[in-house]
Amino acid sequence: MNRWLPFEWITAVRFLREGRLQTLFIVSGIAIGVGVIVFMSAMLAGLEANFIKRVLTSQPQIQLQPPDQIARPLRSGPGEIEDAIIQRPSQRIISIDQWPKIREHLLAMPEVRAVSPTIAGSALAVRGDASRSVSISGVEPASYFQIVRIPEYIVAGEPRLTSEDILIGTELAKDLGATVGDKLNIRAASGPTRVLTVTGLFDLGNKGANQRNTYIALRTAQSLLGMIGGVTTIDVTIADIFAAETFARQIQASNVVQADSWITTNAQFFTAVQAQKTSNTLIRLFVGLSVAFGIAAVLIVSVIQRSKDIGILRAMGTSRGQILRVFLLQGGLLGFVGSLFGSAAGAGALVYWHSVLRQADGSEFFPLILEQRLFVATAVLATLTGLLAAMAPALRAANLDPVAAIRG
Amino acid sequence: MADEVLRLEKVCKMYNVGLPSQTEVLHDIDLVLRHGEFLALMGPSGSGKSTLLNIVGLLDRPTSGRILIKGRDVGTMGDAEITHLRGHTIGFVFQQHLLISAFTALENVMMPMLADRGFPGPAIAARAQDLMARVGLEKFAGNLAMNMSGGQQQRVAVARALAMNPDLVRADEPTGNLDTKSADGVFELMRQVNREGGTSFLVVTHNMDLARRCDRIIEVVDGRIRPGSGAAA
Ligand SMILES: Nc1ncnc2c1ncn2[C@@H]1O[C@H](COP(=O)(O)OP(=O)(O)O)[C@@H](O)[C@H]1O
Ligand SMILES: [Mg+2]
Repeated sequence: MNRWLPFEWITAVRFLREGRLQTLFIVSGIAIGVGVIVFMSAMLAGLEANFIKRVLTSQPQIQLQPPDQIARPLRSGPGEIEDAIIQRPSQRIISIDQWPKIREHLLAMPEVRAVSPTIAGSALAVRGDASRSVSISGVEPASYFQIVRIPEYIVAGEPRLTSEDILIGTELAKDLGATVGDKLNIRAASGPTRVLTVTGLFDLGNKGANQRNTYIALRTAQSLLGMIGGVTTIDVTIADIFAAETFARQIQASNVVQADSWITTNAQFFTAVQAQKTSNTLIRLFVGLSVAFGIAAVLIVSVIQRSKDIGILRAMGTSRGQILRVFLLQGGLLGFVGSLFGSAAGAGALVYWHSVLRQADGSEFFPLILEQRLFVATAVLATLTGLLAAMAPALRAANLDPVAAIRG
Repeated sequence: MADEVLRLEKVCKMYNVGLPSQTEVLHDIDLVLRHGEFLALMGPSGSGKSTLLNIVGLLDRPTSGRILIKGRDVGTMGDAEITHLRGHTIGFVFQQHLLISAFTALENVMMPMLADRGFPGPAIAARAQDLMARVGLEKFAGNLAMNMSGGQQQRVAVARALAMNPDLVRADEPTGNLDTKSADGVFELMRQVNREGGTSFLVVTHNMDLARRCDRIIEVVDGRIRPGSGAAA
């Protein structure tokens, strides 16, 4: 006997060891339940993380735009409306009013990570005989690249954006027959033309975006689009990505802007994730319950089988509390040991699926995310479940009448 | 009075109190056990010996009457206090299910001390070894119960009953399941412990030969101590 282990621990472990087959079966049962939970949770976390990473490195978390331009109905007197049909006016491209003030305001907030004013418009990219209509984003690279990780998508050249540079997509480069170092004529709808040098090609993983998106310096875009000093959007990144929607509502309430978070723009995805999470939680709950009932059933039988042992222990001066703890500990130990095997099995299955399941192009179907946190939480939860499940058997053992137990 | 280990005064025990099946099993039992006494309890089956021993062992409470252990009335004690008193002053030997099968012989002897101290220190292991030697089984210390004969197991049980150095050992038919030779050995061991250490014994037996070797024989008949019994054997 290890001299550092208490009576309860020693007795609980011995009882479990002696009940070999019972212990083996219930630990296997717990391990299967825990394995399923670990496998499902890790896979779901992987798919979600994958999506979020893709979205958040290619989209701003929050985008501020000028508020919608609305037509006010004419009124001749209070309550009387002259013309009841209100037509939505065509939306001119206009600058966000007093955007430097909004930027200062945002940067002063502790949760804000990055703020990037941009200007967007459309233009024609011309090289020789080829021309394509493109959308132009004028950005400040220092702040913009913190929000949309263009440098991570650069496949040729470099993500440099001085006033004479332009970054284009791989598809546009193909269409125009242009490559890094070539010059393009960029002609804005309103007239002016600039000659810009292609400094980098990017692949955003989306053909349309690779055909249409181009990035140039903010000032260049402002002059090209005829809006000196103006910006059409402000992109914002904050610390907690899931607080984006709440934060967007706050900004909209205190500034004259329209704020949209990635959560509303990707509402469909979130509905899907939420449904997955709900069903995952339900599965966890029911797996947890069946594991708990399994543990309770095994321990109840064990209390009956060991009633003479319990009677003898009580006769030799063991207290009710000690007996209670011996059986609670057995529950906790079963849960804990089961969760270790289950975590190993779940992780093993996940690694296997990850290596077997491939997309058509051979890339991974989901990223392998095995967070330590998941395993710690699983072990803690399984142990607690075991303790809780052992409550009824342990109480029964503690309240056993030693006289009846010894006689029986 | 100072050398009294146990005193029972007008102890009655009823089972199923308040039910139609209510029965009084013990009637007005008066009994005194002095320090160092070795008492045999005899009587026909169903006469109430086990019931009496359970009350003496503080496993059960009488329906009425007083129990004093070394002069202390246990009637007012709570469950925790009684458990503590039982662990420290009374040793148990049973007829069946002698040892806890999940533990070795030595560990069985350690258990009462382990339950009391909480942790198995070297002192506990050393005392258990001594007790194993005293019952002549030092070589069997590492054996599990299933690898020992009934007589050997009962010797270990006696060693375990002595672990906390109790004032009284109560044994309910300790030799009932043993062959004559083993029974004799176990009985002689208890008698020897009693002579050397002064531990009092209250032993239920049906074996007249063994009973005659006790200091006194008490006969229980129909829940009463037979008048005239209890004289020196
Ligand atoms: N828990 C109980 N409930 C009801 N009757 C009992 C109980 N235990 C013992 N008895 C009865 O009490 C009487 C005495 O039993 P017991 O003390 O075991 O006798 P002995 O040990 O002398 O054979 C018997 O008639 C038995 O049936
Ligand atoms: Mg009996």
